[in-house]
Amino acid sequence: MTVLKSSLNTRSDDFKANAAHLANLVEDLKEKVAIIKQGGGERAREKHLSRGKLLPRERVRKLLDPGSPFLEFSQMAAWDMYGGDIHSAGIITGIGRVEGRECVIICNDATVKGGTYYPLTVKKHLRAQEVALENRLPCIYLVDSGGANLPNQQDVFPDRDHFGRSFYNQANMSALGIPQIAVVMGSCTAGGAYVPAMCDESIIVRNQGTIFLAGPPLVKAATGEVVSAEDLGGAEVHSRTSGVTDHMAENDLHALQIARSCVANFNKPKPMQLEVRKPRPPLYDPKEIYGLIPKDMRTPFDVREIIARVVDGSEFDEFKKNYGTTLVTGFAHIHGYPVGILANNGILFSESSVKGAHFIELCCQRNIPLVFLQNITGFMVGQKYEAGGIAKDGAKLVTAVATAKVPKFTMIFGGSFGAGNYGMGGRAYSPRLLWMWPNARISVMGGPQAAAVLATVKRDGMEARGESWSAEEEAAFKAPIEAQYEEEGHPYFASARVWDDGIIDPAESRMVLGLGISAALNAPIEPTKFGLFRM
Amino acid sequence: MFKKILIANRGEIACRVMATAAKLGIRTVAVYSEADANARHVEMADEAVLIGPAEVSASYLKGDTLLEVARNTGAEAIHPGYGFLSENAGFAEKCADAGIVFIGPPADAIRAMGLKDAAKALMVKAGVPVVPGYHGEGQDPDMLAAEAEKIGYPVLIKAVAGGGGKGMRSVSSPKEFPAALASAQREGQSAFGDSRVLIEKFLTKPRHIEIQVFADSHGNAVHLFERDCSLQRRHQKVIEEAPAPDMPEAMREAMGAAAVAAAKAIGYVGAGTIEFIADVSEGLKEDAFYFMEMNTRLQVEHPVTEMITGQDLVEWQLKVAAGGELPCAQEDLSISGHAFEVRLYAEDPANDFLPATGQLLRLKPPRERDGVRIDTGVREGDTVTPFYDPMIAKLIVWDKTRDMALQKLSAALDEYQVAGVATNLAFLGNIAAHPAFAAKDLDTGFIDRFKTDLVPEPLTPTDKDMAIAVAHLLLEREKAHKATRSATNDPYSPWDDLTAWRPNDTGHDDFKFEINGMEVTAHIVYENGGYLIDLPTGVLPVQVERTADGGILADIAGHKLSAAAVTQGDKIIVMTTGRQVELTQITNDFDDADSDSGAGAITAPMPGKLIQIFIDSGATVAKGDPLVVLEAMKMEHTLTAPRDGTIEDIFFEVGDQVDEGTVLVRFESEETS
Repeated sequence: MTVLKSSLNTRSDDFKANAAHLANLVEDLKEKVAIIKQGGGERAREKHLSRGKLLPRERVRKLLDPGSPFLEFSQMAAWDMYGGDIHSAGIITGIGRVEGRECVIICNDATVKGGTYYPLTVKKHLRAQEVALENRLPCIYLVDSGGANLPNQQDVFPDRDHFGRSFYNQANMSALGIPQIAVVMGSCTAGGAYVPAMCDESIIVRNQGTIFLAGPPLVKAATGEVVSAEDLGGAEVHSRTSGVTDHMAENDLHALQIARSCVANFNKPKPMQLEVRKPRPPLYDPKEIYGLIPKDMRTPFDVREIIARVVDGSEFDEFKKNYGTTLVTGFAHIHGYPVGILANNGILFSESSVKGAHFIELCCQRNIPLVFLQNITGFMVGQKYEAGGIAKDGAKLVTAVATAKVPKFTMIFGGSFGAGNYGMGGRAYSPRLLWMWPNARISVMGGPQAAAVLATVKRDGMEARGESWSAEEEAAFKAPIEAQYEEEGHPYFASARVWDDGIIDPAESRMVLGLGISAALNAPIEPTKFGLFRM
Repeated sequence: MFKKILIANRGEIACRVMATAAKLGIRTVAVYSEADANARHVEMADEAVLIGPAEVSASYLKGDTLLEVARNTGAEAIHPGYGFLSENAGFAEKCADAGIVFIGPPADAIRAMGLKDAAKALMVKAGVPVVPGYHGEGQDPDMLAAEAEKIGYPVLIKAVAGGGGKGMRSVSSPKEFPAALASAQREGQSAFGDSRVLIEKFLTKPRHIEIQVFADSHGNAVHLFERDCSLQRRHQKVIEEAPAPDMPEAMREAMGAAAVAAAKAIGYVGAGTIEFIADVSEGLKEDAFYFMEMNTRLQVEHPVTEMITGQDLVEWQLKVAAGGELPCAQEDLSISGHAFEVRLYAEDPANDFLPATGQLLRLKPPRERDGVRIDTGVREGDTVTPFYDPMIAKLIVWDKTRDMALQKLSAALDEYQVAGVATNLAFLGNIAAHPAFAAKDLDTGFIDRFKTDLVPEPLTPTDKDMAIAVAHLLLEREKAHKATRSATNDPYSPWDDLTAWRPNDTGHDDFKFEINGMEVTAHIVYENGGYLIDLPTGVLPVQVERTADGGILADIAGHKLSAAAVTQGDKIIVMTTGRQVELTQITNDFDDADSDSGAGAITAPMPGKLIQIFIDSGATVAKGDPLVVLEAMKMEHTLTAPRDGTIEDIFFEVGDQVDEGTVLVRFESEETS
């Protein structure tokens, strides 16, 4: 094993300035998360607590093994959308350990507009189910929701990837032997009634949980029957009479305790296909990552400095070190798990693309999970490169990434622009999990490039019509385009729309990657059949 | 010298004897009962033989079995320790008959001292002072009462064959005499099979001072000075010390001479103790001490003598038993410094010192160092059983002066950590720290006199105690977690993190305790490999680690301290220097996996006939109480109350036929908040 030697000067002014910059971004992220984790407003929280309910994040904590991690997804979902207060899109999702097994937890936050489903609530719910499906993780639904958010029904109800898909997923996951457990801790109205009804086992809290296709107001409107919510679909009804639920609990804590014992009876061992080692921390402090990321994204730096602060013992066995040097490839371990790393160290050329495809083939042959460290402005352009076949070489990399069946993980640590995103395990390439750093940017191309392209098109048109365009006019034309790209490429904008699974503190990259890889090992690694590589 | 000896005892004394045997190169054979299979004395011996079930009468008191074991293992001698067969003349005789050396006095000497009145008569003959009293054969109650009058109240009634406080009663007026007499006789009969009593003058401020004597088979006899055992509770020694405080040299010489005379009078060989009582109402005086009895064995408290004389009394015993001469002449022996011994017992001072049993979840004696010695027969994890003496250990300290030794004793007791069974540790600590004890205001009534100061009150947990309890729970959780995870095929997973890791956020936990009937929550936030603990008095940063000996090294806001804690059911016992406190944890665990049906109706689970109704309308019932019996499919089905509550209405009568799902009884559950 080769040990990476850092050449970072942690006492330089550059380092200190960079560190302060990224630390600020991380601080801002944590401040936002602190707001988000409050859920709904104070009054909503108080009302929730006054009913003897636990707040949703406490429900999750009490469900999980004591002291164990929770890899929460997309905390920033719906940030600055729908009026700005639908924190985390009103739903908490993530992976956590229950009775020693990694499970996907999907927990409504009733303090946020009664836990109703906004379009992004649906997207986040379905994304969590997708993670469960791909990684064969049991699902535990902590249900406390008023169902679809009626004003937004057009973006919630009708389409394939809308609310109905969640029940389709439950049925199909159950068919695959992925356990589905529901804990009814509040309302489960209308479509929501199918969450517990379609689970393998369901638990309901007495005098608190209700399940019905239509609530008392709708029943009265439809048939004139007057009935209380408890008598219509409370715990007694469903545990004694209807059989919709299987277990009855006294309160939230009791319900979560029952859910834990359900998980304890899964008899579902983790199929380990990797040769694991005793983990060792990196030789260099991961916090130093703050100082090595340049404030100006155009300043080059060696991506191995990041790798040295993520992998076990900073040990990295490089593959084709001297060929296609703008893509760094090699083997390492993260938390004891073997990984193959592909990391951008510049623009992708034909050589680096082919090297990447070769390396992915190696990892698929060996069942080694892939980690993409993405910071890419794109594939090289220009006559020489088009003539050299950059399109077909780039396609080889994209094909390899798309068809590789080993678990893939993507960390966007800088730019994610254009087709480079595809070659480096972008969202469309179904990495098991994808995260962004707070300094990252994502868009079809960089803001200045987009502005320049649009300005060139406009200038060509104007000049063809014999009109003139002053430099000032051009600058005024470009400014709003650049501003739009800056806003829409920002990680908060991206994460709000659930284009990723979360923005993370760069110093915690090793932890989130380790948690993700470990969880992914719950699914057997399928053999890969690659698509055609155009030669 | 012997090549191999058998130790016919258990516990600390067996271990004590083996330590000297090992020092002298003598191999040892232990014997053990079924209850002692994993005991320390078994582990220490070169070989060990099972001799029977736990009851002493079927194991440690089986003389024939012990002799057989000695023969089979080739042991040349038997050391009886104290208790058990140590003062059994019959056994000493059997040993002699079997050609095995009994490490103790000749059978005749044991017998001579075994019966107290005869022993006293013997002593009077030898010129040894005795307490005024009646030691005659006559046992007529009226005559005994008259003798008591003659001696003068207060008097003491003692069973003739008694010992260890059994069959002993003090009487302050003639009125109480008949009842006390009857009670002493009964106890003597049941404990020793002998109801005869003697009567003595009861001294008002007596001190118990005893002289260690040693004699060999060549006619030599010496004394090794005195021990003061005045600190007693119900005639059981609690703290012993040597030399006796404020002992005038002339009195020491007089007592020593009397003791040696006593030993010689009965042809004594080996280690023995002459117990005297001294009346100190006017201070220690050389003409105010009286012979009480002689113990013809090594005493529990022998170590204090060893500490002040620098001699190994077990080594002396072995040498003498092997036919050698005493290692020292009287003039070679001298007193150096001062020593204390305290007896750590599994007993509950809060519950009238009732013997306690259970597992020693924590047993960490103070560091052994110059002048600190621990004699023990148990280790952490061992169980104190009801079969044997519940002594856990003897702590012996020595220093140049009494004050210095007493300070060392206090410090060593503070350092002691023992949990799992109730002990007298805090009680001992209170005695050692008591000003009257430091001021040498000693007599056998000391403990009764200062009882309120000495019997410890249960302590209320402080914030620091709670912080340590939380540290303990976290360390225990980590240990249990590691044990389960290492057995899986994914042993190094980052999911094994125990700091409640959260992205972009800190992890937290809470622990609940019941303190003085109130629920107190200790909220912790994980940080920097440790955590911040939020307690009623403030937020404290904590770092903890488990020490090699199972203790806790805690850094609480920069204050580093050693502690220990154990879990016993829902109790957590926290031990810090000189302090032990119990916290009750609230876990909010539910016993039932599932709730039963609650409020509302009791319905018929199947069609059938009501054949019995147990309740009336308005009745209060507890969960599980039978309500009605339904006969269906030739079977009787009893329907019970699903929870505590009240019967609101009963809709049917006995004999009625009901359909499935019919509401039989309306039931209102007790409000659960």
